[in-house]
Amino acid sequence: MKRRDVLLAALGLIIVWQIAALIVNRSILPAPWDVFIVFIEELGKGLLIHFGVSLWRVTAGMLISVLVAAPAGLAIGASKTANRLLSPIIYLLYPIPKVVFVPVVLLFLGIGDTAKITLIFLILFFQIIVLVRDQAVGIPPQLLQSLQSLGAGRRALFRFVYLPASLPAILTALRQSIGTAVAVLYISELFATKYGLGYYIYYNGSTLFNYPAMYAGVVAMSLLGLGMYFGVDWLERKWCRWKFVS
Amino acid sequence: MIAINSLTFAYPHASPLFENFSLSISRGETWAILGPSGCGKTTLLYLLAGLRQPIKGEIKIDGELLARPRPRSGLILQDYGLLPWSSVHENVGLGIQVRKFYGADGKHTPENYLPKENVNHWLQRLGLGEVEDKFPSQISGGQRQRTAIARTLALEPDLLLMDEPFSSLDAITREDLQNLTHSLCSEQNLTLVIVTHAIEEAVALGKKILLLSDAPNQNAKVFENPSAGQSGHRTSQEYRELCNVLWKDMQRETA
Repeated sequence: MKRRDVLLAALGLIIVWQIAALIVNRSILPAPWDVFIVFIEELGKGLLIHFGVSLWRVTAGMLISVLVAAPAGLAIGASKTANRLLSPIIYLLYPIPKVVFVPVVLLFLGIGDTAKITLIFLILFFQIIVLVRDQAVGIPPQLLQSLQSLGAGRRALFRFVYLPASLPAILTALRQSIGTAVAVLYISELFATKYGLGYYIYYNGSTLFNYPAMYAGVVAMSLLGLGMYFGVDWLERKWCRWKFVS
Repeated sequence: MIAINSLTFAYPHASPLFENFSLSISRGETWAILGPSGCGKTTLLYLLAGLRQPIKGEIKIDGELLARPRPRSGLILQDYGLLPWSSVHENVGLGIQVRKFYGADGKHTPENYLPKENVNHWLQRLGLGEVEDKFPSQISGGQRQRTAIARTLALEPDLLLMDEPFSSLDAITREDLQNLTHSLCSEQNLTLVIVTHAIEEAVALGKKILLLSDAPNQNAKVFENPSAGQSGHRTSQEYRELCNVLWKDMQRETA
């Protein structure tokens, strides 16, 4: 995908929004330019802080899930016994929509950031563990054997084969689940907090009826998701250069 | 150098591939192991590499019982042996990296091992200088096999084990790499054991040819082929005759 095409697509979407705003012609759908002005104004009046809090929560959730799920996925994928014992459990838990645990997690972990980060962790954890496990299982035995013949034992196999092989799987898992993670972040920020984009959007839309500000929050949340998406793409191009050569 | 004494081996829930099988290989010899698929030739190579363990009997290399991959043996497989995420240069240096990772512990790495920065030498020797920054997916099959050979030789082995290394290559590249293997073996005074299902390859490479047949293999059937590797050997009468003899022998076995 070319950068120019992405920019053109963004421009096209803004035009569609503008046309829709003209047709609807009511305060609940302001035009993009009006939202943009408010967005810039609101940045100085607290939107930036809400953005920062949301960014922190979702980044912390992502980091913790990579640190926990990637080694677990590798260990399961590299050991037949572990795979046989644990994969059925993952199989059962994986398809459960984690968002239904919002009230449960809030009840147990209270109103702080811990509950919100835990929810994001729950979603990403299963995505990453499944993809990394499959990646580890799919490593050709010839690759492992030729490494063993170079003198590699278990530790060196992890360092030189399993770890680099799992990197693309981790990034794919992150890319696939960023959308869900941001959605769950929004829902979890509706409850028991005064910070975060979820709170900001809901408060402006339902309490203050300040629609341009609400849309500014929506734009900020979209930028959050997009930014993370592009960030993962960038990391993949940097760390997995071999996947992009022809 | 290699002594196989009364070896018995079978995979779980399968009939034995080798039963009371003995063979002895001297230093500097080049051996080809030939046989139809399923006869156990790759298994024998893996046993020599220390990646499989005999059920009965023993394999000794340089008088030492083989219980794990031996640091001074190099194994080269048909494909998949290169790290797809590493450049040709990094792949050639991989064995050295693994040894540095462990240090000279005598188990994964020979004791008194000093890492030698000889990657560039082997890249040049195998004609890989121009592609050293490419990934395995970007180079030809012949170049990939050269990379695998360079990686193994960078560890200065004394025994080279090859499992059908050239079977997926075109005829010209294959012959080229067979000749290269010959000259490398005599340059480095390597002992070579190569597994193949192609009669021509066995006769072109092995000064001794071990013909395996349907399992279980009990007695080693060895053919002498002293002029393998000499120039003009491939077009000689001797070459054609030995190919014929082996071909008839394999037909009789499978009939």
